[in-house]
Amino acid sequence: MHSYPVKLSSKAVNLWFGDKHVLKDITIDFHKNQITALIGPSGCGKSTLLRCFNRMHDLTPDVRIEGKFLLEQQDLYEKGLSVTQVRKRVGMVFQRANPFPKSIYENINYGLKINNIPKSERQGIIEQALKESYLWDEVKDELQKPATRLSGGQQQRLCIARAVALRPEVILMDEPCSALDPVSTLKIEELIVELKKNYTIVIVTHNMQQAQRIADKTVFMYLGEVIEAGDTKDVFGSPENDLTANYVRGRFG
Amino acid sequence: MKRLTPVIEWGTLLLTTGTVCFFLVVILWDLAIKGAPALSWTFVTALPSEGMTQGGIFPAIMGTILLTLITTIVAVPFGISCAIYLDEYATDSWVTRLIRASIRNLSGVPSIIYGLFGLALFVQALHMGTSLLSAGLTLGLLSLPYVISTTEEALRRIPASTREAALAIGSTQFESIRDLVLPSALPGIMTGIILSLSRAAGETAPILFTGVAFYINNPTGFLNQEFMALPYHLYMLSTQHHAIEQVRPLAYGTALVLLIVVFLLNLTVFYIRHKHSNHA
Repeated sequence: MHSYPVKLSSKAVNLWFGDKHVLKDITIDFHKNQITALIGPSGCGKSTLLRCFNRMHDLTPDVRIEGKFLLEQQDLYEKGLSVTQVRKRVGMVFQRANPFPKSIYENINYGLKINNIPKSERQGIIEQALKESYLWDEVKDELQKPATRLSGGQQQRLCIARAVALRPEVILMDEPCSALDPVSTLKIEELIVELKKNYTIVIVTHNMQQAQRIADKTVFMYLGEVIEAGDTKDVFGSPENDLTANYVRGRFG
Repeated sequence: MKRLTPVIEWGTLLLTTGTVCFFLVVILWDLAIKGAPALSWTFVTALPSEGMTQGGIFPAIMGTILLTLITTIVAVPFGISCAIYLDEYATDSWVTRLIRASIRNLSGVPSIIYGLFGLALFVQALHMGTSLLSAGLTLGLLSLPYVISTTEEALRRIPASTREAALAIGSTQFESIRDLVLPSALPGIMTGIILSLSRAAGETAPILFTGVAFYINNPTGFLNQEFMALPYHLYMLSTQHHAIEQVRPLAYGTALVLLIVVFLLNLTVFYIRHKHSNHA
């Protein structure tokens, strides 16, 4: 039925923070070269779910995870698989742009360095990553400038470039535009749509219009459960569940 | 009445701030006026002579500088490592809570107790004798809890997003701390270190039993020898000397030099902080 193969999936996932049952029996597929939006009211567990796929909960105390997370056939939580390997294949962009307090060049170079990419290749990769993130033309003459002096939108594109530079297979985005103005937001959305040619993208968003503008698939979550998942136009146009209908029509959230 | 309240609030705050500053200025002024005449090139480079009524305080300056150096070598690496462990690695268990409580309590222990402890451990049990090393180690222990707490505080101020950014591109926890968290926290850490060291440099009680000497005629500090130090020299000149009135100007001079040494220490931090903030 789907023309795009499954790239990333979770199987019967349950997650607890202490006694709090945050994710309940979540089984879900994300398709290759597609943008999937995770929507739902605050506290529904969408960011928590997103962060499972690159094991960002590893250092959180008191967290218990059951179930399986698969990247193609690879179990992401397999014993003996290093977390840095996982994160190289599954990149992440955060809610607030968080460039390192270093130069623009170093922001991307640092990731290449710690992943042991040979020095001779780095220059090319950095240029490529900045071009892919629509940032190259704006910064090519001032790569040594501190990244913190870029505008908010530019910083977020730099963070995308930083993720893209490592050639991940999946990019997770946790409300990447929520701190940006409308113009910067549109630019990033254009970029995300462009990126899906090469990557599989999962994006958490609070913005209904954004989900409809860019996402091929949409997953609606509520109180730790997946209520409805499907093509974006179906989830928004003809939702099967009343909760979904009320949420996408802005009646709560 | 409503309109007067802000004026009263503002006035009270200004008054208290003013009072504090006033006393600080008076103390500094008094020291500068009475100490300045004693200052000269000979005063800072010569050995004391004529029963310390003449000559300079070079051995005491050297002693204090070397002592602070040893304190730094002991307190800084241990303190920073310990803080990194507590803030970044340790889980919140009763053990870590106990460690934290101990550190807080240690920083409240009077310095003379550290002196006694140093005497028992370094001087006697470890046979280091009353020496520069024993005193330096004792002051290192004294500074440790301050360095740990201030470093931990500085690390805690670095937002989780900085750590996550590094982790998300495949750095190990250690790499993220070494390359991003520590450099960002450096200004705060440096401030804490210098404040602790300034305090250690001015301490008299802990070195009293562990190595400081009334008078030595040898300016070179060897680790296994006794030494002179500015705070003790000052104490001695002002209370123990046979001709207190005669050496009073020298005492003020010594106090001024001690202040200058501490001030220079602080200046170094400002320089490092400034350089660092320009970098980022």
